[in-house]
Amino acid sequence: MHLSPDQMIFWQYGFITLNATIVFTWGLMLLLVVGSKLITRNLSTDLQRSRWQNLLEIIVTAIEKQIEEVGLTEPRTYLGFLGTLFLFVAMASLCTIIPGYEPPTGSLSTTVALALCVLVAVPFFGIRDQGLGGYLKSYFEPTVIMLPFNIISEISRTLALAVRLFGNMMSGAMIIGILLSITPFIFPIIMTMLGLLTGMVQAYIFTILAAVYIAAATRTRKPAFKT
Amino acid sequence: MLIDWFTVSAQALNFLILVWLMKRFLYQPILHAIDEREKRIAAELSDADTKRAQAQKERDEFQRKNEVFDQQRTALFSQAKIDVAAERQRLLDEARQAADSLSAKRQESLRNEVHHLNLAIRRRTQQEVFAIARQTLTDLATTSLEECLCEVFTRRLQEMDAETKQGLAEALKTALAPSLLRSAFDLSAEQRALIQNALNKTFSAEVNIRFETAPEQISGIELTTVTGQKLAWSISDYLLSLEKAVDELVQENDKSITQAEFKPEAKAEPKLETNSQ
Repeated sequence: MHLSPDQMIFWQYGFITLNATIVFTWGLMLLLVVGSKLITRNLSTDLQRSRWQNLLEIIVTAIEKQIEEVGLTEPRTYLGFLGTLFLFVAMASLCTIIPGYEPPTGSLSTTVALALCVLVAVPFFGIRDQGLGGYLKSYFEPTVIMLPFNIISEISRTLALAVRLFGNMMSGAMIIGILLSITPFIFPIIMTMLGLLTGMVQAYIFTILAAVYIAAATRTRKPAFKT
Repeated sequence: MLIDWFTVSAQALNFLILVWLMKRFLYQPILHAIDEREKRIAAELSDADTKRAQAQKERDEFQRKNEVFDQQRTALFSQAKIDVAAERQRLLDEARQAADSLSAKRQESLRNEVHHLNLAIRRRTQQEVFAIARQTLTDLATTSLEECLCEVFTRRLQEMDAETKQGLAEALKTALAPSLLRSAFDLSAEQRALIQNALNKTFSAEVNIRFETAPEQISGIELTTVTGQKLAWSISDYLLSLEKAVDELVQENDKSITQAEFKPEAKAEPKLETNSQ
């Protein structure tokens, strides 16, 4: 039994390894991109539209609305990053219903990679929004003494993001794996259903936290948000 | 080791590629489609607003025109009522005038008829009276009417009061032209001589007279001087009395006819109809 799909190595050349995490990630990427392409191939701007287009529109507008509710006034700027984050994590846990599939988010490498992306995205959007000086200044808020604490906070929350998602996804897969060996009937299905639920919740939490971090970085010192 | 740094970097790269691909194939087309639809709906709503405003404007215009039309119709209707009343009055007046004129003409013609009838009656009466008198005198007294008339005339001359005689005498004496003696019938030479003698004797002078026959002279003899003085005797007084009696009779007859004619007309007087519409 593998603790992480990283351990399922298909091909290796030096330090370059083609493990299950990367392969399933590619599969998910292919599924998402091809599905999107197929659905958006014949988009209708009329009032009459296909049910798949409706589904995608609901998903996209719901994500956009959520981002806006977090406090990002221009949700479309962040939709690409945050939306993809949500869709990738959600799809990774949704595909657990496929036998033999291992969610790439069950690998700490993937969650660390996603958390690092968030770690980079926060200053990226923060600097873009209020300039390098303005962003760096936020580390000295409210006083200079707070600088190390702010830096620790940045690192710890990135770590928390990675470990939270990894822990949840990995535990779900592990529980199903253990239950399959103990009670192969009924219970694995219930746990799979619970796993789907926790997967969706985790996708939502991961995305919302990332949005909150970005919002915190971008709206610092903005008078409109001062209370 | 749970973290494989090559996998981490590969996954980070994969994720970034996925972000780009999703932007390219999902978010942009979907958002574009949503924006287009929103634009279209906004345009349709705006168009609907414009149309509603236009419809409201047209409805207001239509209502205004309707009100103007109603006012015009009311004005025209009242004008038409006034015109009809005026025309009716004019026609009634014309009819009344025509009726009056017709009535006047009829009365005139009736009067003429009565007049002509009177004349005819008079003439006929005169002829009849003459004929009766002549016949009676011939049958009973074996004398003619003309002779009697001449006799009566001469007797009247003689019986005339002094004052009248004086006046006539002066008129006859001073007359340059001969006086006129008119009779309803031709006087014979004897009768003329008798009258001439009676005149001469009465006025004690030679009276110059000219004899003339006048059939309209109602059975009598009349002497007219140049100055206009007259001496006459005729049965015209009797005839006038008769004529008066006939006139009264005719008038009574006329009255009853007129009453009979006017009563139905009064009933047929048209009533003024009032229409409340």
